[in-house]
Amino acid sequence: MADISTESKHQEYKEMISKGGHEKYHTKNKEQGKLFVRDRLKLLFDEGLQVEDGAFANILAGDLPADGVVTGIGKIHGRTVCVMANDSTIKAGSWGARTVEKIIRIQETAEKLGVPLLYLVDSAGARITDQIEMFPGRRGAGRIFYNQVKLSGRIPQICLLFGPSAAGGAYIPAFCDVVVMVEGNASMYLGSPRMAEMVIGEKVDLETMGGAKMHCSVSGCGDVLARTEEEAITYARQYISYFPDNFKNKPKMEAPKLPAPSEKSIEDIIPSNQNAAFNMYDLIDRIIDEDSFSEVKRLFAAEIITGFARINGQSVGIIANQPRVKGGVLFHDSADKAAKFISLCDAFHIPLIFLADVPGFMIGTQVERLGIIRHGAKMIFAMSEATVPKISVIVRKAYGAGLYAMAGPAFEPDVCIALTGAQIAVMGPEAAVNAVYANKIAALPKEEQATFIEERRNEYRKEIDVHRLASELIIDDVIEPNELRAALENRLDAYKSKELIFTERKHGVRPV
Amino acid sequence: MTIVKASMAGTVWKILVNEGEEVAAGQDVVILESMKMEIPIAAEEGGTVKRVIVAEGDFINVDDNLVEIE
Repeated sequence: MADISTESKHQEYKEMISKGGHEKYHTKNKEQGKLFVRDRLKLLFDEGLQVEDGAFANILAGDLPADGVVTGIGKIHGRTVCVMANDSTIKAGSWGARTVEKIIRIQETAEKLGVPLLYLVDSAGARITDQIEMFPGRRGAGRIFYNQVKLSGRIPQICLLFGPSAAGGAYIPAFCDVVVMVEGNASMYLGSPRMAEMVIGEKVDLETMGGAKMHCSVSGCGDVLARTEEEAITYARQYISYFPDNFKNKPKMEAPKLPAPSEKSIEDIIPSNQNAAFNMYDLIDRIIDEDSFSEVKRLFAAEIITGFARINGQSVGIIANQPRVKGGVLFHDSADKAAKFISLCDAFHIPLIFLADVPGFMIGTQVERLGIIRHGAKMIFAMSEATVPKISVIVRKAYGAGLYAMAGPAFEPDVCIALTGAQIAVMGPEAAVNAVYANKIAALPKEEQATFIEERRNEYRKEIDVHRLASELIIDDVIEPNELRAALENRLDAYKSKELIFTERKHGVRPV
Repeated sequence: MTIVKASMAGTVWKILVNEGEEVAAGQDVVILESMKMEIPIAAEEGGTVKRVIVAEGDFINVDDNLVEIE
């Protein structure tokens, strides 16, 4: 039996742990629309935190209950997941030696259990006063990132960013599969605005330099911009549902649903004029189960759409060109975005559906200087390596290396389907006629030029007609646009048993 | 005041608004031609068109100013 003083001390400690930091920090958080870490966990899990370890970490210090981080296990939709969550009411969520040790241990636990790990980040970074204990050593903060890399592709790793993720800590989101940022509060930066002013003389505010909106639309370090913490948590709960617990399992089927009802058919959505824009989201809605779309990087490189959805209850990853934005042309950023998404889906057995309407990769001085070739290579590399069911749909056109990047026939898709009216070629009729006949056109009298050009274009169109390509066995099937949903259902069902090892080697040399 | 900028390099194919006209947020104001595609460029915010900066047929680079809206 513990004596009375031990018992009362124990109760006192437990109360400290459940309350977190000083009242003034709770008030400050509330003013910013930030929830207390334990309230976040109540929202995240079906029935709150089920198991917590290391709650008494650093309890003797007096003002550092749990050492500023909650680690434990809970359930999302009945599935076990691990979590680490910074407490920004305790020294601004900064990391001491025990904070780091707790994070490392929950990573080890998630690996042993083979379950997803969520990082709820809200931290000012390292406690400089504790640096020898928490920074450089074998089980210092570096080990957190090393573990993240090791866990990558083994279990889903999800980052919800509610506050700052500063300096070295900014690498937690960088190594996660997906990063959800809360607008106005979340930020990521290596050096704070104060440090930037001191070291490089730049005067800038935090939101401009490393705010959620910037990272979700410009840098691409953030994937989802949430308006509130509740919205971020809801996204994470839905996101998990597309994934298995670990790489050894496949995602679970959900109850099939029909696509959302609409007056517009796919045939109505795709304009007859090859060069006119249309909204690819409308087409996606026609082929997926109602309300099943969960997009990644909506605000970044919007000329390509990447997101999870369900078709007949089955989890799928969609990669679609968006002709409404930059003509659906592939750029350096869109290629990066697609490369990461493809790699993520492939790691967790999520079949890939490519919806191609792509004029090719962008050309010109500006993009060459940005290294569009090596960025494009990343997408083609990831897509080639992917061994999940790969379905390539040529919605309207696939020109040049655009055909390759969108899992064209040479890249071992399980099927390459073209919609009637689609075109596949090195380049479109306008560019091709110009390339082949430029001298001849110039030599013709002005009044004959237009007729000559139109005749050559029509010849060319016949040459690249989909039925010609199907007749040559270049594409596997031609279907009417309104048959697409049914075709995808049948194909996904047929390819369920696919098991493939891409090739044997230590690892490929990835373009970066 | 906001400036509608070109999202990519190309030529100005069609200008859809006149100076003095009211436009809504999200409304297409210019169509560029690039990579043989029509690229609609929408106004991010609504307002009155103060100035059309480019002419049809002009070559423009990414981020060049197209239309000024007040």
